[in-house]
Parts: sequence; C-alpha cells; structure tokens
Amino acid sequence: MGDEPRRAGFGGRFTGTGLACRRGERLVFAGLEFALGPGEALVLRGPNGSGKSSLLRLMAGLGRPASGALAWDGENVARDREAHAARLHFLGHLDAVKGALTAAENLLSWARLRGTHADRAGIAAALDRLGLARLASAPARFLSAGQRRRLALARLLVSPAALWLLDEPSVGLDENSQAALEAMLARHRAEGGMVALAIHGAIALADAREIRLDAFARGPAMDSAA
Amino acid sequence: MSSLATTFGAVVRRDLRMVLRQGADGVLVVAFFLLAAAAFPFAIGPEADILSPIAAGVLWVCALFASMLSLERLFHADYEDGNLELLILAPAPLELIVLGKALAHWIASGLPLLVIAPVMGLMLDLPAAARGALVLAMLLGTPTLSLIGAAGAALTLGARRGGVLLVLLVLPLTLPVLIFGAGAVEAAQTGQPWRSELMALGGFLLAAIPLAPWAAAAALRQALD
Repeated sequence: MGDEPRRAGFGGRFTGTGLACRRGERLVFAGLEFALGPGEALVLRGPNGSGKSSLLRLMAGLGRPASGALAWDGENVARDREAHAARLHFLGHLDAVKGALTAAENLLSWARLRGTHADRAGIAAALDRLGLARLASAPARFLSAGQRRRLALARLLVSPAALWLLDEPSVGLDENSQAALEAMLARHRAEGGMVALAIHGAIALADAREIRLDAFARGPAMDSAA
Repeated sequence: MSSLATTFGAVVRRDLRMVLRQGADGVLVVAFFLLAAAAFPFAIGPEADILSPIAAGVLWVCALFASMLSLERLFHADYEDGNLELLILAPAPLELIVLGKALAHWIASGLPLLVIAPVMGLMLDLPAAARGALVLAMLLGTPTLSLIGAAGAALTLGARRGGVLLVLLVLPLTLPVLIFGAGAVEAAQTGQPWRSELMALGGFLLAAIPLAPWAAAAALRQALD
C-alpha cells in the first residue's frame, strides 16, 4: 500500500463550551460541551433534526454558534478562520464531486485548493485505498452514488489535516468500503488525528465517546414533539 | 505564500478546465454576442451613416449582456454540489478565491469577446481607427464586469429567480464602465483623444479588484451560515 506524505503527530486540543445552535426561531441544542484530544473520536448521535450536522458545521467554522465558543488549544477558533480551516477536513452531505472532471482530477484540485502539492503517486494511493484505482481517469459523472462518496472520502487522504469532521460518512458505502473507511479512521487516530462524526448506523470506532444531541435539545419545538 | 498561489491556481485551473470540458458556457456567450450585435443591422438597416455612430454603444451593450449570461452559474454550481463549502474552508482568504473565480470567468467569457468585437465592429461600419480603442477599452472594462458580476452572483446565491435578480442588481453598477467604454470608442471615431476614458476604465478596474471580492466573500459566508 503506497503511503502518502503526512505530517507526523498532529497534536492540539479542540474544545467546545456552552455551545448553542439556533435554526430560524428554533433552538436546536444548548449547553453542549465537548473536548477532543489527539487520537480521540467523537460520535454524534440523535434523531433527525437534533443538530448533528449543525454541530459539525459549527465545528468547521461554517457559521457561528448562537452562544458558547469553540477553541483550539484554548484560543477561540473564530479569531483566525484560515488557521482553523487549515487543520480540518469537512465532509458534508454533498460529495462536492465535479462530474466534468475525472476522479483523479477531482482529487488533485481538492488537494491544490488546500495548498497541498499533491503528486500523482499520492493521488493514486488515495484512490487505491478506497478501491477507485480502476476509475481514476473516468469522468466522475459516470460514478455511482457510493463511488462518489468514496471519492469524497479519498479527499481526506490527499492533504493532511488534524481534525476530520464527517457527516454521515458511510452513506451509500458497501461492506468493503465501510471497512476501508474504518481503517482510514483508525489510522488517522493512530497518527494523532481527531475525528468527529455524525452517524445513524453502526461503525467500528475503538474507544469513541458518544454525544447524544437530543439530550441537549430545548426550546418549544422539541418540547411539543416529545 | 506559495500555498496561497497553489490555492489560487487551483481555483482558476479547475474552473477553466470545466469550461473547456463542458464547452457550452463559453460558446453560448460568444454566440449570444454575435447574434445580438448582428440583429442591429437587420433592425435598423445597413446604412453606414446610421450604424456607424451607434456601433460603439451597441457593441458595449451586447458585451455587457453576454457577460451576464454565464454569471448566475459562477457560484451556484459550487453551491449546489457542495464545493462552495470546500472553497470557504480552504486555508486561504476567501477574497482570493473569489478573485480566482472572477479571473476564470473573464478568461472564459471576456477574452473571447475581445477577439470578436473588432470583427463585429466591421459589420457595424465602425471605422478602422476606432477598433484599437474598442479592444483596449474592452480589455480594461470587461474584467470589471466579471468582478462586479461575481459580487452580484454571490449576493443572489440561493435566492429564488436569482438570475433575474442578478441582472437587476448588476446592471446599474456597470453603467460607469458602459459610459466610459463607449465614450472611448466614440472619441476615437471622431478623432478626439480617448486617453482619459481609458484611464477612467483602468481606475474602475483597480477599484473593483479589492472591493468586489470583499463584498462577494462576505455574501458567500452569509449564504452558507
């Protein structure tokens, strides 16, 4: 298996204190706390609409919390957006795959977007780890939904980042790809990386902490639903 | 510093590659410009003494509308497929990324217009002396159109009927470019100096380079909040 270049030992500590999120009039969650250190994993669980995606977006810096603060090594991340962006990978609901480009070109442009000088070998290794080597030069519009998801996951491998924020990363994946994802996560944590992910189904993550978002739900809409 | 250049290059290269692959957008802009400008001799008549005085204005208005055509997709495609989140989360100033997108838009839609505008000038009986002024004025004016358009495209992102709103928003802002752009060509046509008009166009461009990306970046962050 080809190894892509990585920064050894990510380090850092990512914390959230008193976090609240508001969507329109509705308070989605409030008083949420978390802490993530090197090698640790956080699994966000809860019913639809409980704020798993919202929390991941807040963690990424796509939007600001209604109250509370996110900090990296004690410093508020809102103070330096670019520095925070440089240490994270965000995988949302959308795969961000450009159909007109080939799978390899998609990966290359993502890596360059993050300022990484990715080489062909690194791209090929990432595609190989997610079982896409055969499809490297196929236009991405011909990929299936699961293959697109795998291509989006390969993005995490072509440029190094300490913090992975993954929203339902296993949607549409077959068994082999799920195993590849679990191996990716384990390796990232072994290298000192952190993972926060929202998921409904099962995933093998050793010693992961779990946050149940519905436990932090307040506000009128959730009360009437309960 | 070099990683910023890599990011900027990645944005420009990807957008241009997609234009080349898909082709439709660039061809559409040129075809629209050709057909719109060619409609005037048919509607007004082929007499040189009528066409020649309005040629500069016609070419500029057609170029303005043509460059509006592909603006709506500038951020909307990225917004729909999730790439906008990645652009915002790139470890570089969002303003720089917007500048890259505007540059790619100009290369794909403004540059082709520069090449065919003198040919269309021939059709509208624009004197040979004014064609140089036309190309130079467009060289300075069309990047400003792309930049102002990028700010408009960011502001109307996610709005219903965003395309119409975009045109309504952007057109008034581009009037100074239109006035001085057509003014330069008219001055050259009548044998007057047209240096000051070009300098005004250059000034607009220099103002738009920092201001438009700044406004667009603020609007994009808002759109994804």
